[in-house]
Amino acid sequence: MESPEAARLSAEDISPSSNGPKAEPMLLDDDPDDLFAEATEEVSLDSPERQPILSDGPSPVITPVTPVMISSRADVFDRSPDQDEDEEENRDTFDIQISVSDPEKVGKDVCDSLSLCLQTSLSIFSRDEVCVKRRFSDFLGLHSKLASKYMHMGYIVPPAPEKSIVGMTKVKVGKEDLSSVEFVEKRRSALERYLLRTVKHPALLKDPDVLQFLESSELPRAVSTQALSGAGILRMVNKAADAVNKMTIKMNESDAWFEEKQQQFENLDVQLRKLHASVESLVCHRKELSVNTASFAKSAAMLGNSEDHTALSRALSQLAEVEEKIDQLHQDQACADFYLISELLGDYVRLITAVKGVFDQRMKTWAKCQDAQVMLQRKREAEAKLQHANKPDKLQQAKDEIREWEGKVQQGERDFEQISKNIRREVGRFEKDRVKDFRVVIIKYLESLVHTQQQMIKYWEAFLPEAKAIA
Amino acid sequence: MQLLVHSVSVDLNNDASLVIDIPDALCERDKVKFTVHTKTTLSSFQKPEYSVQRQHEDFIWLHDTIVETEEYAGLIIPPAPPKPDFEGPREKMHKLGEGESSMTKEEYAKMKQELEKTVQVHEVFLQRLSSHPMFRKDRNFQIFLEYDQDLTVRRKNAKEMFGGFFKNMVKSADEVLISGVKEVDEFFEQEKNFLLDYSSKIKDATAKAEKMTRSHKNVADDYNHISGALNNTAADNNTAFKKHLEKCAEVFEKLRKVEDRMASDQELKLTELLRYYTRDIQAAKDLLYRRARALADYENSNKALDKARLKGKDVAQAEENQKQCLQKFDKLSESGKKELTSFKARRVVAFRKNLIEMTELEIKHAKNSVSLLQGSIEILKSN
Repeated sequence: MESPEAARLSAEDISPSSNGPKAEPMLLDDDPDDLFAEATEEVSLDSPERQPILSDGPSPVITPVTPVMISSRADVFDRSPDQDEDEEENRDTFDIQISVSDPEKVGKDVCDSLSLCLQTSLSIFSRDEVCVKRRFSDFLGLHSKLASKYMHMGYIVPPAPEKSIVGMTKVKVGKEDLSSVEFVEKRRSALERYLLRTVKHPALLKDPDVLQFLESSELPRAVSTQALSGAGILRMVNKAADAVNKMTIKMNESDAWFEEKQQQFENLDVQLRKLHASVESLVCHRKELSVNTASFAKSAAMLGNSEDHTALSRALSQLAEVEEKIDQLHQDQACADFYLISELLGDYVRLITAVKGVFDQRMKTWAKCQDAQVMLQRKREAEAKLQHANKPDKLQQAKDEIREWEGKVQQGERDFEQISKNIRREVGRFEKDRVKDFRVVIIKYLESLVHTQQQMIKYWEAFLPEAKAIA
Repeated sequence: MQLLVHSVSVDLNNDASLVIDIPDALCERDKVKFTVHTKTTLSSFQKPEYSVQRQHEDFIWLHDTIVETEEYAGLIIPPAPPKPDFEGPREKMHKLGEGESSMTKEEYAKMKQELEKTVQVHEVFLQRLSSHPMFRKDRNFQIFLEYDQDLTVRRKNAKEMFGGFFKNMVKSADEVLISGVKEVDEFFEQEKNFLLDYSSKIKDATAKAEKMTRSHKNVADDYNHISGALNNTAADNNTAFKKHLEKCAEVFEKLRKVEDRMASDQELKLTELLRYYTRDIQAAKDLLYRRARALADYENSNKALDKARLKGKDVAQAEENQKQCLQKFDKLSESGKKELTSFKARRVVAFRKNLIEMTELEIKHAKNSVSLLQGSIEILKSN
């Protein structure tokens, strides 16, 4: 099943305070192997061609959740015959807004049932707005279906969030057990990102299971979560990797592109994991800083109470107040550290596993093709032997089998060609998305740092006259 | 390897007749050598200007001789500077001496920060002495400032003479001693209550400030690691993205420097201030101990006199003893009152100065951060 080149989607975060990002012209790399040299035509959010979507209708978001919007780009691709028919659709501008909210406790799981709200103008959806309830296992079920349908074809299927998300730090501040609050938000956010990535994929967006998941008020009950957990899928991926390792005949790589890319992804995997670890450490230390600042604030207040010089006593109390405010800043910044960067990196580490998986699938396909050829050869040899024996029945059977295996070889070769083509396209798409994601996120993150520092300046400037007033 | 640092001078010197500072310090292997610079118009000194090399142990020697001088019992003795803490860097220096490894930028910066701290605290110790009417005339203080040779030999002799008796006695005095004293003087009653409470509060605040500073430094370190990881990732990427990543790595590296500086300045101005006054409060409490002990001695001498009068034996001796005890106690009370009053004034001035300086520095660094970040955002956006 071939995926027509739908219009390229890119996710842009809109935070409540910004007034909509302008999509930036992308500088494409001059990779000569890239089959899809593209020129992009930006459709800005403010352009008149866009059908007004967001302004109409109530926002489906109930809990404070950042709605994420995907805006379109009309792209011009290198034509290939099966893509022409979809050109018309490419030209249409469309967008899709998904939010995951209202986490509910079911049984022991604090975040098992969620509301999934969709706003869109896409024609493939039956309605403009729809809100459904989904269980966590439903998400896992969706991913499992998609993986089994598309992975062997070389599609990079976005991985679902892990079943048990163990936070790096379980910080107890005061009486509140923050870890369960954090867990809920972490999962909610992860599910939202997961869905967005999935619909960003042109083929997956059109998949009936995806559409049913997004729209249907009721889903058939998912099988068992055991088999559907992220770990389960990982095992499936690993099986393919094992199969590859066990291949006795090393694949004759005629295409250097694949070898290069595989190596690149190996390197990227290592680099991203390291970067992720550093960011996780930052989150941890910033949380510690917040706790220690709060603790110091209390201590400074006590010292102020004990101080018998009136003006100094007041200044120390003010200092305690400033430090309390700064503690809050640190907490907010730690959230930004986490949700903007750390989680994104975590997503990409898992995505790379999926990418490596499709390369393995290709090898598996090649191996299958090889096996079929070996089999065909055997059948031909068997037939040749039977030529001289006088067994017309067996000879006919042998001829039939040869035809059968010739067909299988042809199919195998077609499959291999197809998966290679798909992977090239998928990797190209992945690379572009990766670069775009990082660019956007880094800027958002730096802006969050600016905000924190500006607040700090405010607080300290307010304190300065208090310090000077000590007489 | 030598490391020269110019001190962040805390100017306690209002009086130009004796001006002391530590303009730099040398860090060698496992020792720190402070350059003590003196400018004086006092006739008791042989020259108008001196520059001598002193080690931490010399400062301790000077402090101990002052503590053990009976004459100063009624004064708050400026607390001894703590030993320079170079544990990690020290090992590195040792290795460097043996020709192994090399110091990273970060280790060098940490060492410099430690040096700044230790110079400040040693300098303040000397300036406390020089600005006090009695301490500045101390003979050993003068030797410390003038003597152009190594003090090591002198130090050893002094230790043998005093044996640290008085020091130990004071140090082992219980809080019970001063809490238990029947205080008739309203001033000392108030001071006692204040000092006992404040002492525990400031110790706690110091510990919390230390933890806060440490966390802050950890965050700065993380920026450093992130910068390194970004550079690694940049190596493998296509040109446009590679430049982008390298720019990001650069931003984090610069952020680290600012964050690190913020943490150090907070440490120097706030944490060190609290550390210092924790020690100074202890010195004030030591004064109260000594006075309480003198009071106890006086009360004992009264009892002894009564006993002697009853027995009719050694009355004159007992009377003499009682008179001396009373004199000592009165002297300690009188000078103690003055010292404690000026202590409060000094404390208020120091807090004011350091809090203002800290706030101004925090604002300055935050503004630097903002302009650095905004500039980088512009560049990254236009890329």
